[in-house]
Amino acid sequence: MIAHSVFFYIFSLIAIVSAVMVTVSKNTVHSVFFLILDFISISCLFIMIGAEFLGMIMLIVYVGAVAVLFLFVVMMLNVAEQKGQWFSSRWDGGTHIPVGLLVSLIIFFELIIVIGGWKYKPDLLNSLSLNISTEVTNTRSIGNVLYTDYILLFQISGMILLVAMIGAIVLTYRERAGVKRQSYVKQISRERAEGVDLVEAEKNKGVKIDA
Amino acid sequence: MDSYFSILFTEVYKILFLLVPVLVSVAMIVWLDRRVWAFVQKRRGPNVVGPFGLFQSLADALKYIFKEIIIPASSNKLVFVLAPVVTMTLALISWAVIPFSEDFVLADINVGILYLFAVSSLGVYGIIMGGWASNSKYPFLGAIRSAAQMVSYEVSIGVIIINVLLCVGSLNLSDIVMAQQNLWFVIPLFPMFVIFFISALAETNRPPFDLPEAEAELVAGYQTEYSGMMYAMFWLGEYANILLMCAMGAVLFLGGWLSPIDIFPFNAIPGPFWLIFKILFLFILFALVKATVPRYRYDQLMKLGWKIFLPFSLFYVVLTSSFLLYFDLLPVK
Repeated sequence: MIAHSVFFYIFSLIAIVSAVMVTVSKNTVHSVFFLILDFISISCLFIMIGAEFLGMIMLIVYVGAVAVLFLFVVMMLNVAEQKGQWFSSRWDGGTHIPVGLLVSLIIFFELIIVIGGWKYKPDLLNSLSLNISTEVTNTRSIGNVLYTDYILLFQISGMILLVAMIGAIVLTYRERAGVKRQSYVKQISRERAEGVDLVEAEKNKGVKIDA
Repeated sequence: MDSYFSILFTEVYKILFLLVPVLVSVAMIVWLDRRVWAFVQKRRGPNVVGPFGLFQSLADALKYIFKEIIIPASSNKLVFVLAPVVTMTLALISWAVIPFSEDFVLADINVGILYLFAVSSLGVYGIIMGGWASNSKYPFLGAIRSAAQMVSYEVSIGVIIINVLLCVGSLNLSDIVMAQQNLWFVIPLFPMFVIFFISALAETNRPPFDLPEAEAELVAGYQTEYSGMMYAMFWLGEYANILLMCAMGAVLFLGGWLSPIDIFPFNAIPGPFWLIFKILFLFILFALVKATVPRYRYDQLMKLGWKIFLPFSLFYVVLTSSFLLYFDLLPVK
């Protein structure tokens, strides 16, 4: 049990420190690396409470896909240069700070509501949570709940994600003129007869080639 | 305290018992790769150091150890040093869940296949970190390419894994092997096996998908600024990842440690040997592909991943699940 709590404190310490470092570090790419470290230590915490499925999904989805794209964008945008303009020491009308304050206040009150509810009604969690037997693996128990009681919500969230994806593609798609696309069917179905043309070239005139 | 240490020592012993052979076989596999490659092209390949040139990799390793490690002045030093370490570590930790036989597996965890998938999807970080920290154009372009490539092909590998899991009903790797006692999944899921093989080539940046290190365009991609032992670590990590992908293919489709026919001369051979044979078989296929196929263009690579593999493997998920449902073969009721 001692080893368990030692590991718990190690992982949570890493999680908290790296979460702080995400906001503190000057280099944006370093921030993303700290975010990744945060994700990893949180998934370790998930695994430690026995939620191995959640932990692994956290690794696959957040670290393996989302953070890669984050890193991708941050590296490409070269945010480090722009940061000097955005967060210069002089007060430039202060458009960012009120927004940040508002968001953090909302999160703060949400936390108070959640933790307060816990404090004043200790059996709140018990009445809300489902009966999950510890016999089956938690992958199976999540599946049992997700695909039976909450199938509608699950499907709706999937549809929302699909619509968001299609929306993002439609918004960023622009048709460019003059792009030559490869068509495998066209290439394979080309015959010798249409590929090769024997031309009797006229003297001093040459042959006109059309693509 | 005494029991704690004894547990620690047995675990360390087990880990070393697994990792030392893996590292040695990585060195041997580099030799095998070059040999197969050479034979396809009617060359001799490395044949001077030791019998059949077997010690070539050791000689190479010795050379790398004595070379100077150059850290570029304008690089991000910590990340630059960390990148090969990340690659190597990630390539080695995933061997913990590979089952070599019924009782020889380091960590028989419930979500083994998800662990493998997660660790292989983390493999991209070594490359991105190396490419970014080098602070130079070619490594950066290589890193960007490989990030896009590995994320794309992970998607189709994930869908292929779903196909296998539908037939097994468990995420445990030993259960996946035991479910293939009567029929290896390579037979009913043959198209998925082919797609898995090709995606594994792309995931490990092997030819014909070695665009992150395409020498004609990017010098050596993300490895351009690396030298000495740090370069060798990238290289070892890459080959350990290839071996791991072969092991994953063997466990998912070729029945892991099971013998092909359950009769006397075959089932007398212990399980680990069967697994090693299967890994070697897949690896030789990898090497043959490297020797025969020209490199893909980048848009062709993306088209293959997103427009062909992903729709087809999604379709196969629907096919597999309808088949299992219709014939009442679902493993979990």
